[in-house]
Amino acid sequence: MSEVVRGIPLNWFIILSSILFSIGVMGVLFRRNAIIIFMSVELMLNAVNLLLVAFAAKWGDASGQVFVFFTMAVAAAEVAVGLAILVVMYRNSKSTDIDVLNKLKG
Amino acid sequence: MITLIILSALGILTLFAQVLRFRRGLFPVILVGLAAAFFFTSANYNTNPQVWFSSMLHFDNFAIAFSRSLIVIAFLWFMMARNYFLQETSATDHFALVLFSMVGAVSMVSYNNLTMLFLGIEILSISVYVLAASDKANAFSSEAGFKYFLMGSFATGFLLFGITLIYGVSGSFDLTVIHNSMGAHHEPVMALTGVLLLMVGLAFKASLAPFHFWAPDVYDGAPTPVTAYMATVVKTAAFAAFFRLFYICFPDMVAQWSGVLWWLVVLTLFISNITAVRQTSVKRMLAYSSIAHAGYLAMAIVSMNGDASARAILYYTLTYSVSTISAFTVLYIVSRSKGREDFGAFEGLGKTNPFLSFVLVVAMLSLAGIPPTAGFFGKYYVFFNALQTHNTGLVIIAVLAALIGVYYYFKVIIAVYFKPEQSHIPVTVGGLHQTVLFITTLLTLLLGIFPDVILQWI
Repeated sequence: MSEVVRGIPLNWFIILSSILFSIGVMGVLFRRNAIIIFMSVELMLNAVNLLLVAFAAKWGDASGQVFVFFTMAVAAAEVAVGLAILVVMYRNSKSTDIDVLNKLKG
Repeated sequence: MITLIILSALGILTLFAQVLRFRRGLFPVILVGLAAAFFFTSANYNTNPQVWFSSMLHFDNFAIAFSRSLIVIAFLWFMMARNYFLQETSATDHFALVLFSMVGAVSMVSYNNLTMLFLGIEILSISVYVLAASDKANAFSSEAGFKYFLMGSFATGFLLFGITLIYGVSGSFDLTVIHNSMGAHHEPVMALTGVLLLMVGLAFKASLAPFHFWAPDVYDGAPTPVTAYMATVVKTAAFAAFFRLFYICFPDMVAQWSGVLWWLVVLTLFISNITAVRQTSVKRMLAYSSIAHAGYLAMAIVSMNGDASARAILYYTLTYSVSTISAFTVLYIVSRSKGREDFGAFEGLGKTNPFLSFVLVVAMLSLAGIPPTAGFFGKYYVFFNALQTHNTGLVIIAVLAALIGVYYYFKVIIAVYFKPEQSHIPVTVGGLHQTVLFITTLLTLLLGIFPDVILQWI
């Protein structure tokens, strides 16, 4: 299995990660539901994780893989905080649609 | 390192204070702890850089200077925010969050590895997301917290992608190794994309236009003490991290990235200053003013000039933060008494509260950059630095932007002294607020006369 993975050129990983990352960015910019936006942010972070692992294999260096663990831990903490804030927001506005976020302007 | 240990221990102690029924005595303990952190940080000053965790953290003079500055600002902030948190919310949780976010801020000024940069930014940001949304019953506060969280995690994505591409080029997260491999010109396209993505991520955090659109809403909606924290400690840490990264890692590529950052600075200066003129709420005006100051600070990074730039950023962030805490304290006191935050709330303050008015005027003069105050010398060092690196055009643009700035800062002074009071609601100032306002005003005036006290830190 690892032989097959090693046979894949590095450029393919870069292209795949860039596409996944762009899909995530588009999701954040164009979707209106807060939960979907969360998912898009997670997609961005996981695209980065994939690329980190690919580079770690390229350099034969473990620090890239360790960084992935940091990213996953931080992403988990971020989602925990984000969902809590979303619950607070839902209690105040009774909606998870980000179009209700229009009280602050000027 | 001892700074990080003291701050973490203080944060954990603060969490336990709720269980141990120690709430009343907590506040002096935090202040003593911060003073101890300042003292022990200074103990390593001018020795060989302290290297920790297989060279992931370097406590050199740059790190020590900014850690000291952050601790001083946090000390003043705690004195300003004590009453709000003791009266309105559960103080222990929020004080603990602030102390933990300080841990992130200190890592952001002392990192020597992109892992620590990422962790520092996240430790700082996640705590501040919660703080921004901490006024749970208030729809504005939760909206601010949510917007901050959304934009913050979006920015983290860009930052991480940048870090990954740089890792792909250099094979390491260590700043010195990255610097060496950047000089070798492997994969120039990937390296440049990585640098630009890192710049986008950090510009989001530092609220540089066109990535600033979240900042006015978040600063406006968050509780005033939290806004003061975001405008001071978070901004200082963000710019120290920004500078450290581009100074250590990418000085050889300065020709490529400084052109992009140049445009960000020009956009920031004009958009923020022109929009600030139109504001009717003082809090929102201060939010735009904080974005404008981010523009001046980024000028010091565009005109990369080694330690001279670092000194300019250190002095600017410290004096700007002191004046900003002053301004937000007055705003907090006035808006609490009168229940509104627009310019009208400040009318007639000159007659009823001469002390508060004087403090506010000194803060506004300093933010506008009028000579006797420290804010003038902050701008002076940044502009002088830019002139030395032949960025004359940028200095001319910045001076024009500063002139627009004078207009809206003077709008506050005019409201205070030249408009009659209409509401006749008395404004009372507590003893602790009087102390912090006295200290910030004194610092604003004294640092303007003796700037060397701060400049010799680096």
